[in-house]
Formats: sequence, structure tokens, C-alpha cells
Amino acid sequence: MNLALDIFTVSAVSAGALFFLAGTVGLLRFPDSLTRLHALTKVDNLGLGLVVLGLLPQTNGLFGALKLVSIWLLVQLSGAIVTQLIAGTVRRRGSNG
Amino acid sequence: MTIFAVFDIGLVVLILGIAVSTIAARDAFAAVIGFVVYGLLLSIAWVRLAAVDVALTEAAIGGGMTGMLMLGAVARLRFAGGNDISISLPVRFATAVLCALVAAGLAIAVLSPPDAIPTLAPMVMENLAQSGLGNPVAGVLFVYRALDTLLEKVVLILALLGVWSLAPDSVWGGIPGLRVYARRSSTLTFLAQLLPPVGIVVAIYMCWVGAKEPGGAFQGGTVLAAMWLLVMIAGLKRVPSIGQPWLRPLLVVGPVIFLAIGLAGMVLANAFLAYPPGYAKPLIVAVEVALTLSIGVALGLLAAGPLEQAQQQ
Amino acid sequence: MISFLLGAAGFVLMTVALALVVILRRPAEVDHMMAAQLLGTGGGAILLLLATATETPPIVDVALLLALFASFAAVAFVRSAPGQESEV
Repeated sequence: MNLALDIFTVSAVSAGALFFLAGTVGLLRFPDSLTRLHALTKVDNLGLGLVVLGLLPQTNGLFGALKLVSIWLLVQLSGAIVTQLIAGTVRRRGSNG
Repeated sequence: MTIFAVFDIGLVVLILGIAVSTIAARDAFAAVIGFVVYGLLLSIAWVRLAAVDVALTEAAIGGGMTGMLMLGAVARLRFAGGNDISISLPVRFATAVLCALVAAGLAIAVLSPPDAIPTLAPMVMENLAQSGLGNPVAGVLFVYRALDTLLEKVVLILALLGVWSLAPDSVWGGIPGLRVYARRSSTLTFLAQLLPPVGIVVAIYMCWVGAKEPGGAFQGGTVLAAMWLLVMIAGLKRVPSIGQPWLRPLLVVGPVIFLAIGLAGMVLANAFLAYPPGYAKPLIVAVEVALTLSIGVALGLLAAGPLEQAQQQ
Repeated sequence: MISFLLGAAGFVLMTVALALVVILRRPAEVDHMMAAQLLGTGGGAILLLLATATETPPIVDVALLLALFASFAAVAFVRSAPGQESEV
């Protein structure tokens, strides 16, 4: 049982780390601010989500697990808001800022 | 080389790189962003140094308050045309020399520690159980160095008085000149409605957990202040005039209760700021709750800035 | 398990560092704003991995604060963007 949980943790955390790498590649390669926002908020949120998912079996108790999930939810909210605010500013300025 | 060492070296290189880029930035905005990032990275460094209490403060101050305060200052400079003022070479040179001296002094202090570092930490850990607290940092702050903690909170109020005294006489008792978001933005309104309830819960949690684990009044108060600022910036709640009857009691309730318990200690426990045996923990928690409120109001008003508008009838 | 989690933390730190360098080297202010959000996600992941690897649950609270404040720099930014100034 423990081994299965450990394998789950390793695979989920590894997948999350890969998404962080993908997000960074996106920031490097995408041509303008609006597309780079996708790389930052969507891909990194997925990365954090997978890391949280992977760490869930390692927490002790329901409270710790709830805290991990709420961190992910908070980051998702912030990601959505930040994207909207920055994209709105880009649009009003009519250029790449 | 262990994996810890690799991680730490990578972190230090990154922090130094961000620090250099912040200093080298030509533009105030870029420098402020660099500074905010630097603060957030420092909180990871404090975690690695096993100082989670400091990491929490750094995350709350660096992530929540400093960015708000300094980006507000950048906006004000733009508005007032302050970016056009050029600073003469001797002044720049003197600033650089002073900064280098401070950095060199710190480097000498850190790089050449005495052979036997003087520490009272073992004594704190030995006697911590008497106070009923589980967090040694809270123990030092509220039991062994309570006077320092009390004076720190008074300094916060003095700083606020300093900011207020920048206002001209005609607007005294008026409204701080916090620049709010002019355009009604549904995104910002949504955030300002959703985040503060979560933030208030986090603030209460920080304050409560401080007795047992890292956390405490300062971290909780900072979270409260940031949430309050968010609501005001989004335009959901007006910035209060400083003449409001509820505002000033809230500002001083923390230090006043702390001082009252300290004075009561002279009678009940034979020393100023001493706690009667067996009552230490409840009294400390009461002081922390009051301090959280006072710190929240004081930091919020500090970030709101000097008064600019006369009170409306 | 501990060294795996630490390695993952180091890997995420590396991607965050690379992204920070890219973001802060671009001239546009809008790109700079992404740095704070990046530390909300990436820094959060690093701290959560460290918390589990070193078995120090209070570190999770630091990640909680980073997540809570991730959007604040952007809020301060839109407030200070040119053309937004107004009195109360």
C-alpha cells in the first residue's frame, strides 16, 4: 500500500515538474504578452495542481490535505484574476505594453 | 555534495542575480518588481534557514504590503512628474558609498562570527514549558522580551502619526489619499469580494496558531491590512476619514491591553510585563488578538498614505 | 522519497529561475508583472515540496500566504497604470 502511494506521489510530482518546465519554455518561446500569459497561468497552475495531488498521500490528516487543496484553489483564483487584469491593461494600451 | 547543498546554492545564486538586476534597473517600476521578487525569494531562503516565523512575515510583508506601497509610490511619482527630476552626481556617489558601507559592515558581521556564538536559546527551550506556549519565537516575543515587542507596536503608531503629520492643516481629520482603481472593473470587484473572507480566516488562523507553531499577531495583522486595502482599492468600501470614532480605539487597543496587562503584572507577579503563574498563555493569546487588530488597522492606514481630502459631512 | 522531493523542488526552482530571467529581461512592464504570479505558483510548489521533504508542516503556511498574495502585485499594477489616476 505504502509503495503504491509512493509511486503515485513520484509520478504526479514528476508530471507537475514537467508542466513547470513547459510553462517556462512557453514564456521563452511565445511571441507576445497575451500568449505568454497562457504559459504562465494555465500551465503553471496545472503543474502546481499535480504537485499538490502528488503530495496529498504524504500529508498527515485531513486538515493538512485540505490546506494543500485550498492553496491550489487560491493560486487558481489568483491566476485567473491576474490574467484578466494584465490582459485588460495590454488591450487598453493597444500594444505589447 | 548533498542535494540540500545544490538546492541552497541555486537559491542563493538566484537571489543574488535578482538583487543585482534590481540595483541595475534604470526604471523605478522595474526596480520595484525586482524588489518584490527578491522579497518572495527571501521567504524561501528563510524557510531553508529554519526560520519559518520570519519566512511568514517576509511573505506577508514582501508579497502583500511592500508591492502595494512601492507601486503606489511609483504611480504617484509618474503623476507628479517626479521621474524627470535628475539627481546630481555627488548625491548619487554619496548614496552608493553609504550603501556599500552598510553592505560591507553586514558582510563583516556575518562572515566573521565569534568562535563561541553567545546564545540564550537553550535557556529559552528549557523554560518555555512554564509559559504554556509551544512556539519558542512567541515565547521570546511575549515572555522574555515583552518590552521590546510592546515598544515595536508603539513605533508602528508613531510611524502612522508621522505619515499623518505630512498633511496640510486644512485636511486634518480627513481622508487618506489612497489612489483607488478609477475604472469600475468587474474582475477587481470579484476578487475583492471573494478573497477577503478567505484572508480573514487565514489571519485568524495565523494569530491563533502563533502560540503553538510559527505565526502570530504580526503576520495575521498584515494579512488583515492587505485584505482591507484590496476592498478599498476595488472601490467596494470608501477610505475612512481618520476622524472616525471607531478607528482610533482600534488603532491603540493592542498596545493598551498589552500595557494594562504589563502594569497588572507589577501587582500580581511582582514585575512589569510579568504574567501571574498559570495565566501566561490565556493572557498572551488575548494580547495577540488585540495586537492583530491594531497592526491590521495601522498597516492599512500606513499604506493608504497621508491625508489629502477634508472630511465630508 | 526525501531526495526525490528535494530534487523535484530543485528542478522547479531551476525552471522558476529561468522564467524569472526571461521575464525580467523583457522591456515591457506587463511582462514584469508576471513575475509575482510566477512565484505564487512556482514558489508555492517549491515550498510544498520542501515542507513534505523536511517534514515541517508550518512551511505549508508560507505557501498559503504566497498563494493568498499572488494577485496583489497585479492589483497594485493596474491601479498604478498610466491613465488610471483619480482622487478617492
